[in-house]
Amino acid sequence: MIEFERVTKRFGSWTAVDAVSFTVAEGEFRVLIGPSGSGKSTVLRMINRLIPADEGAIRIDGEDIASLKPEELRRRMGYVIQSVGLFPHWTVERNIATVPGLLGWPRARIRDRVTELLELLNLDPRRYRSAYPHQLSGGQQQRVGVARALAAEPRILLMDEPFSALDPITRASLQTELSAIHRRTGTTVVFVTHDMDEALRLGDSIAVMDHGRLIQCASPLDILTRPASPLVRDLVGREEWGLKRLAVETVGDRARRQESTTGEPLAAETPLHRALSEMVARGTERLPVVDGDGRPAGVLHLSDLVRPDAGGTA
Amino acid sequence: MTVAGMAPREFLTDRLMLGLVALVALVLGMPSLKPLFATLYPGLDRPLYEAESFVRLTLDHMALVGVSSLAAILLGGGAGIAVTRPWGREFRGLLETVATMGQTFPPVAVLALAVPVMGFGSEPALIALTLYALLPVVENTVAGLDGVPAPVLDSARGLGMGPAEVLFRVELPLAAPVILAGVRTAVIINVGTAAIASTVGAKTLGLPIIVGLNGSNQAYVIQGALIVAALAVVIDAGFDRLAGWLTRWSQR
Repeated sequence: MIEFERVTKRFGSWTAVDAVSFTVAEGEFRVLIGPSGSGKSTVLRMINRLIPADEGAIRIDGEDIASLKPEELRRRMGYVIQSVGLFPHWTVERNIATVPGLLGWPRARIRDRVTELLELLNLDPRRYRSAYPHQLSGGQQQRVGVARALAAEPRILLMDEPFSALDPITRASLQTELSAIHRRTGTTVVFVTHDMDEALRLGDSIAVMDHGRLIQCASPLDILTRPASPLVRDLVGREEWGLKRLAVETVGDRARRQESTTGEPLAAETPLHRALSEMVARGTERLPVVDGDGRPAGVLHLSDLVRPDAGGTA
Repeated sequence: MTVAGMAPREFLTDRLMLGLVALVALVLGMPSLKPLFATLYPGLDRPLYEAESFVRLTLDHMALVGVSSLAAILLGGGAGIAVTRPWGREFRGLLETVATMGQTFPPVAVLALAVPVMGFGSEPALIALTLYALLPVVENTVAGLDGVPAPVLDSARGLGMGPAEVLFRVELPLAAPVILAGVRTAVIINVGTAAIASTVGAKTLGLPIIVGLNGSNQAYVIQGALIVAALAVVIDAGFDRLAGWLTRWSQR
């Protein structure tokens, strides 16, 4: 758990972060979003003390981070940045092994962990283990960057616009993989972005920042349906609002559980905008739904998608 | 690098090997060239410099260059590292000014100024050469460390490397090719400057040159200059080789 209590950071006369308080729960995927200069990256970099806080307290699992050695604190967290920052003179394996190496893991364990991580991030260990960063594409480099951050099984993963420099297809696949990794490992993630679609897609909760202040911290659904200020509304955007609204809920949230129908079923965790797309493509108003084990889980009707009260605060 | 392991063609085109062969041949074989110099300069009573052996002079020359370069690397490298640390940043301007001044002074002037303080001999030469070699080392150490990409440093710190780990595992390996280029310049300059150091009594390959110039003995001048040139070629080619290894090992 990460707690910020009235944390302030000034650079000269400019207040980058202004008395910000928030809590990130264990295992939560928290997105920080805001325009450039809003203080979101500063907040992230204060969590691992790359930037020291001027005022207020930052606690991790109840422990004030000011009382810890910065290096020890950082080795307990993963850190991924937009420009990746792989060590160009080290192989992929050695890059990934950075933190385990600093922690003094035995060689065999490091080697196994590198293999495991390369596989987790869909990089063939035989092919990439001994490659150098310049031999990889941008997407592959960031995969290695994520693997390096996860290497020592950190409880907290800090990510500063990690996918912003990637092409849309690579970005989408890395987002999907990151979601899966988050679900699988239960790591607490703090993720900075300026892309609202990315925030809505990844976050359990979204904290919107502007001029160093926290404007709103809420679930994706609440950010969409109850924006706390015009800025939040602008960040979400008017365009395709309805589809974004659908995208933050899943088929399982709205299916009528008692009913059944025929046809190719949708998985319960499919986002609703995909279900709509599927209905349009198939020319039907009803789709059967199955749960994670493939058992029937009801029927989704077209009218369920526009039910005004549906879902409530998910 | 072994001679045995090289194809003849490779051997003939290898600058380092050729230079080494030329250097060794010149240093050991100079006495046997006496008849040649006698023929070229029939007017000279002593066509070969014999006051000191060329082996002795070459070794002393190399020792002077080696010690002064090592001192410059330690001092200049250390200072370059210091002024790129957060605690030393303020001294960066000062250091660069001092190093530039050291270089602007003509070597003869530094030698002349060192003599009243230290007397004749190798010591003033050592001081002058060290000062002289400082600038390229300092300049390239600072430039090399500055050239380490900011995201690489950010992730090194963010992953939990301490200041020493960041310096030795990331910054220095990445800056090494640039630093090495500075060291190379410094050493080559010193090979030449060490010859002038003979004017203050240091025994170097400059001795036959100085004696030859004073006594209008061109043969002495040529003998000294040939070996200095061969030495410079060998050292330069050696650095070339070193830079090649380093590039393969680090800047990928």
